[in-house]
Amino acid sequence: MEATAPIYSALVAAGFPSPADDHLEGKLDLHELMVKRPAATFFCRADGDSMTGAGIHSGDLLVVDRSVQPHDGDIVVATLDGGLTVKTLRKTEDGWELASANPDYPSFSVDPDDGVQIWGVVTFSVSALAKR
Amino acid sequence: MAVYALVDCNNFYVSCERAFNPALEGKPVIVMSNNDGCAVARSAEAKAIGVGMGEPAFKLRHLVDSHGLIMLSSNYALYGDMSERVMSVLATFSPGAEIYSIDECFLDLDGMPVDNLTAWSQQVRATVRRWTGIPVSVGIGTTKTLAKLANRLAKKSKKANGVLDLSRDARWIEAALKQTPVGDVWGIGRQYAALCGVNGIRTAFDLTLQPDGWIKKTMGAVGLRTVMELRGTPVHTLDTAPSDKHTTCCSRSFGASVTEFEQVHDAVMTFASRAAEKIRGEGLVSGAVQVFAYTDRFRPDQPQFSLNSMIRLSPPTSSTPHIIGAALKGLKSAWRDGYEYKKAGVIMLDLVRPEDIPRDLFSPPPESGARPTALMAAVDGINGKMGKGAVGFGLVPDDAPWKMRCSNRTPSFTTSWDDIPVVKA
Repeated sequence: MEATAPIYSALVAAGFPSPADDHLEGKLDLHELMVKRPAATFFCRADGDSMTGAGIHSGDLLVVDRSVQPHDGDIVVATLDGGLTVKTLRKTEDGWELASANPDYPSFSVDPDDGVQIWGVVTFSVSALAKR
Repeated sequence: MAVYALVDCNNFYVSCERAFNPALEGKPVIVMSNNDGCAVARSAEAKAIGVGMGEPAFKLRHLVDSHGLIMLSSNYALYGDMSERVMSVLATFSPGAEIYSIDECFLDLDGMPVDNLTAWSQQVRATVRRWTGIPVSVGIGTTKTLAKLANRLAKKSKKANGVLDLSRDARWIEAALKQTPVGDVWGIGRQYAALCGVNGIRTAFDLTLQPDGWIKKTMGAVGLRTVMELRGTPVHTLDTAPSDKHTTCCSRSFGASVTEFEQVHDAVMTFASRAAEKIRGEGLVSGAVQVFAYTDRFRPDQPQFSLNSMIRLSPPTSSTPHIIGAALKGLKSAWRDGYEYKKAGVIMLDLVRPEDIPRDLFSPPPESGARPTALMAAVDGINGKMGKGAVGFGLVPDDAPWKMRCSNRTPSFTTSWDDIPVVKA
């Protein structure tokens, strides 16, 4: 009868333990930063040049939080003419207006009877800089 | 005292579509079932022009021209995501929540520090509406059946403004019961409603007056429980941790009748693959697979046949190739030429968690086939990342007759980067 001995192939670490082991924390997560209330947060795509003055360019990704109470000066998504539009919400002398951030585009006064409603507040805008 | 709220989304599928397309507001809109078969959701305007629930789509087409009816294919990716959002908002209002269906949720309000449940419910409604865009109605009662009944009335009455609390006053309960036809009571099927009608029992109130013995004899123990709930005795408690499913089914009607074995073969392969994916997603394995296919029962002029076959899976498994293999074996053994098949499907039976597989002396050890193999984990991983159907088993032609018809499906606004809503700037 032949005697055999098992060969262990697993590596046994015998070096100096990493001093960083005690300091492991979670990784940074953009979603965590930009999506405070997941149930109320929607992503949209901007299309057009009327908001370039506010740093929103055509094709940008907009993070829209519907749970945020809209205030004067907020950039909002509103329902207008059966579609969704992004504009700056402004208080005027006789009410509210949806203002463009580009002199080539008009602003609209908000008349609730026209079916204009604030859909949500834009909390972040994400521009892709390397288009590939 | 027990107090339950039933929160129910109004015309849920239509409301999901409207949340992203304001142009649908104020117009008659319906959402059709899988394969654009019939109306499964109707806006108030669609109801007003006479569209019935479940009405076949082809009978409604004339309303497109005459009344501007908008007919949308169902977009379940969107509805599932919106449902999760609504449910998670509701969960912030009450620690006890039971998701009863995609658009309904029971809340346990027992011991909630709330003085005025009507005002509280209005706040729930406003919050869900603002955060998700979905309108909901709230019904409150001392039993789940009464909460459900309250919800129905809350929807119907303009004055209620979407909320009805029946827990405060016994007189309101009586009035509500008198306004509710027996057939509209939760848990009373059409059959029992007819039985009640024959016996002169018209309303929910009439039903509560019947002697227990008669109810039990004619409507069984389940019927008696419903009546006890209508009388205000809670029988059904909140089911917050739903038990594991025991079966799951994946089936589809063919757009056109199918006579070729190859076509049914491809369909069964796809359904089996989808069913396997479904049970893996729930961490379950299956002990048997059942295959069926049948001809169109509404065509008495054609020869009728119903194919049915069950194959055991031993050991229980969730592996796609095993399940496809068994399903096709079942199909082959039961197949008969010469019929026009209208529908086929695959049912997974005896679903268990792998750790709960009953052991017996003669079957191979479950370890060998029960756990999802590395291959399956890789397939699910790729499909999760690249989109459903990125990789799969077998090649299936794009124009297969059983592929989903969905000529009018809206984009997956919330679940696909390519489909997110476009906002005019």
